Amino acid sequence: MSEFAATARGVTKRFGRTLALDDVGIEIRAGESHALVGRNGAGKSTLVSILTGMQVPDAGEVSFFGEPAPPVADRAAWRRHVACVYQKSTVVPELSVAENLFINRQDLGGGLISWRKLRHQASELLETYDVAVNPDELVSALTVEQRQLVEIARALSIGSRFVILDEPTAQLDGPAIERLFDRMRSLQDKGVTFLFISHHLQEVYEVCQTVTVYRDARHIVTAPVAEMSKPDLIEAMTGEAGGLNVPSGDDRPSSSDEVLKVSALSGESFSDISLSATRGEVIGLAGSASSGKHEFAETVYGLRKPSSGSISVDGSAVRGGDVPAALKAGIGCVPRDRHHQGLVLDLSIAENATMSTVGSFVWPSAQRSAGSTAIASYDVKAAGPDQPVSDLSGGNQQKVVMARALANDPSVLVLINPTAGVDVKSKESLLGVVDAQARRGKAAIVVSDELDDLRVCDRVLVMFHGQVVREFARGWRDQELIAAIEGMSSE
Amino acid sequence: MTKAMTPPVSAPAPPPRQKFQFARYQDLALVPVIIILLIIGAVLSPIFLTPGNLIAVLTQQSELSLLVLGQAMILIVGKMDLSLESTVGLAPALAVALIIPASSGGLDVGLAAWMALPLCLLIGVAIGGLNGFLILKVGLSGFMVTLGMLTALRGLQLAITEGKSLIDVPESFLYLGSTTWLGLPAAVWICIICYAAGIFVLKYLRAGRSLYAIGGNSEAARAAGIRVDRVVWIVLIIGSVLAVIAGILMTGRLGSVAATQGEGMIFQVFAAAVIGGISLQGGKGTLFGALSGVLMLGLVEQILRLQGVSGFYIKASYGAVIILALIVTRFATGQKQE
Repeated sequence: MSEFAATARGVTKRFGRTLALDDVGIEIRAGESHALVGRNGAGKSTLVSILTGMQVPDAGEVSFFGEPAPPVADRAAWRRHVACVYQKSTVVPELSVAENLFINRQDLGGGLISWRKLRHQASELLETYDVAVNPDELVSALTVEQRQLVEIARALSIGSRFVILDEPTAQLDGPAIERLFDRMRSLQDKGVTFLFISHHLQEVYEVCQTVTVYRDARHIVTAPVAEMSKPDLIEAMTGEAGGLNVPSGDDRPSSSDEVLKVSALSGESFSDISLSATRGEVIGLAGSASSGKHEFAETVYGLRKPSSGSISVDGSAVRGGDVPAALKAGIGCVPRDRHHQGLVLDLSIAENATMSTVGSFVWPSAQRSAGSTAIASYDVKAAGPDQPVSDLSGGNQQKVVMARALANDPSVLVLINPTAGVDVKSKESLLGVVDAQARRGKAAIVVSDELDDLRVCDRVLVMFHGQVVREFARGWRDQELIAAIEGMSSE
Repeated sequence: MTKAMTPPVSAPAPPPRQKFQFARYQDLALVPVIIILLIIGAVLSPIFLTPGNLIAVLTQQSELSLLVLGQAMILIVGKMDLSLESTVGLAPALAVALIIPASSGGLDVGLAAWMALPLCLLIGVAIGGLNGFLILKVGLSGFMVTLGMLTALRGLQLAITEGKSLIDVPESFLYLGSTTWLGLPAAVWICIICYAAGIFVLKYLRAGRSLYAIGGNSEAARAAGIRVDRVVWIVLIIGSVLAVIAGILMTGRLGSVAATQGEGMIFQVFAAAVIGGISLQGGKGTLFGALSGVLMLGLVEQILRLQGVSGFYIKASYGAVIILALIVTRFATGQKQE
């Protein structure tokens, strides 16, 4: 048996003219948590699909514990070697947990399905891995956290000792992330190996021992985490020295001109929130996933109906629960989830970027030129305005959503998770846009948990259980803010 | 049109050179197939390429093409309407029955004859509106609602007419389906106008583009400020009204309202739409594509007819031909059909 749970050597993969992986390798030591980081488009996803046997490399070889990888057609053999928990779920939502755990082997080798036995085995399995989920529950009723645990348990039950976690923390809130890390550590003690992919470098330091950096389809460096400083790591990822270059905006001119006024707004999951934003002011809104911050922001933009209270822009009231009215009043929004709400993936960049604009006529040439302007203004890496957004990387898709939010030149911006799942460079340019818009006199609300996003804000409001519990002026300390988000008082 | 973008960074770079994009010409994928069918037809039958024959093909397809136009828009917006074929029969039957006396098979209500056309269109609005209400406001499955409506409307027509054809149709009602304008049947002109309007709206009007946004991702459309329910409802109503117009043309062409008017058309409607590149999942396809699907089916049917395929076989061969056409289209466009 080899000391490496998985190795890849000299792997090259092309998609048409694009070189997705250029002679790269990775060696993942058995029993470690190995981080794979890189910007969007660095080749992480391609490597994952090659390591899981979803794609065949054009050149190079993959092996598990010294054994060469099985042929691609032999799915069962692959599943014994490696399992992957993707961002997108690979469980069937309308089936029970028990059936999902034993999907396509529900008969447990018997020929006929014995539901009693299946349930029994499922609860044993869940108990082994300490997953507190009822096996009869439908998967659709689980939280993201529980769903991931079920997927991990399923992977381990098939016999795999090597698990790839592809951005597992993207949809989890703080405490859930901590619980996931605890579990990773305890499984690691039992000999499970992890390949951990994340955009949050802090998490790499928290839970991994080794880190591999890819950039532009090439392998840049592999080193023990303890020997890589954060600036070094960012430099390896971007090829440029220095940390995240986000404008803090502390030199932004302030004004006393009120643009947005929210009075005693109540709605689903939040109540009685008042807020006022002046021209050029950026307000951060932080809180855990259940704090009501998303619901509040979506209500301001009209995606949800308020139960009471009022919203006004430039002194005139905006009808609640009515997106077109909000747009007309001058509110632009980057919605929570770009795949679910932000984009129509099959349509072109130009069409997506101009979807909210006013006027009855759409001249394709004008639309294309608006698309080109958006590509240039927001630094979208794309072949042209006619390219469908489904072709773009996450960071570039998010820039298209941003372009759409700004297309009507709104006076108030509501940005929900504006940098979720995007790489360091895209994050810089997206936050740069927020700063630049504020300098042009717009007010913005940035709803996010990421400290980098909140640094661009003039003040940060922290919500807990539907209420604003604290307000931080510029210059807050990380620990203080995190403690407030988690509902702990730091004093 | 779109307001100028507000560049936060710098002046935009010149747009990159437009590459030849196959996707933009996907619309025309069926044109070669149509040309080949014309050649095959000409080789097999000397009269195939005569104006008379081609006009006959267009006239036969005019009613189907209006249904396909409506269905294509409904499919693009991500819904489907199976009841269109019953609307083709019921709306004219009900409108005529409200006018003619019981002795001719009517309901003895005795409304004025000029009301036939407006009444008929109004019935179309009502059917589409009811479908929309049940699907959007009550929240029922669109497939089941319109399947139920398909049966209910057909049954209603049989109940009103007691299974008989209505022969005593007002003159005003027959005009459109039987007259000729500038050498072409009015029915063909109406189709040309409807398609031209539809193609324009779906390409150049924001309201038309919103159909694609809704069909592609209705949540994103809503977040972009599109009034999703309203647009879908209007599209369902337009679909029913187009079906009613098809029914009026058919009544005019045949001179009476048959009890089975429109029966079995829905299969051809879906076939033409899918052959024309409309996705059953919504958000994809163009009306020009749908129109070429209709023309392709019409040409095939006419070739079979001119070859003297017996009436008993024509239905069987028609089904087979549609599946064959799907196969041909699958490879002509290089795309899997959804």
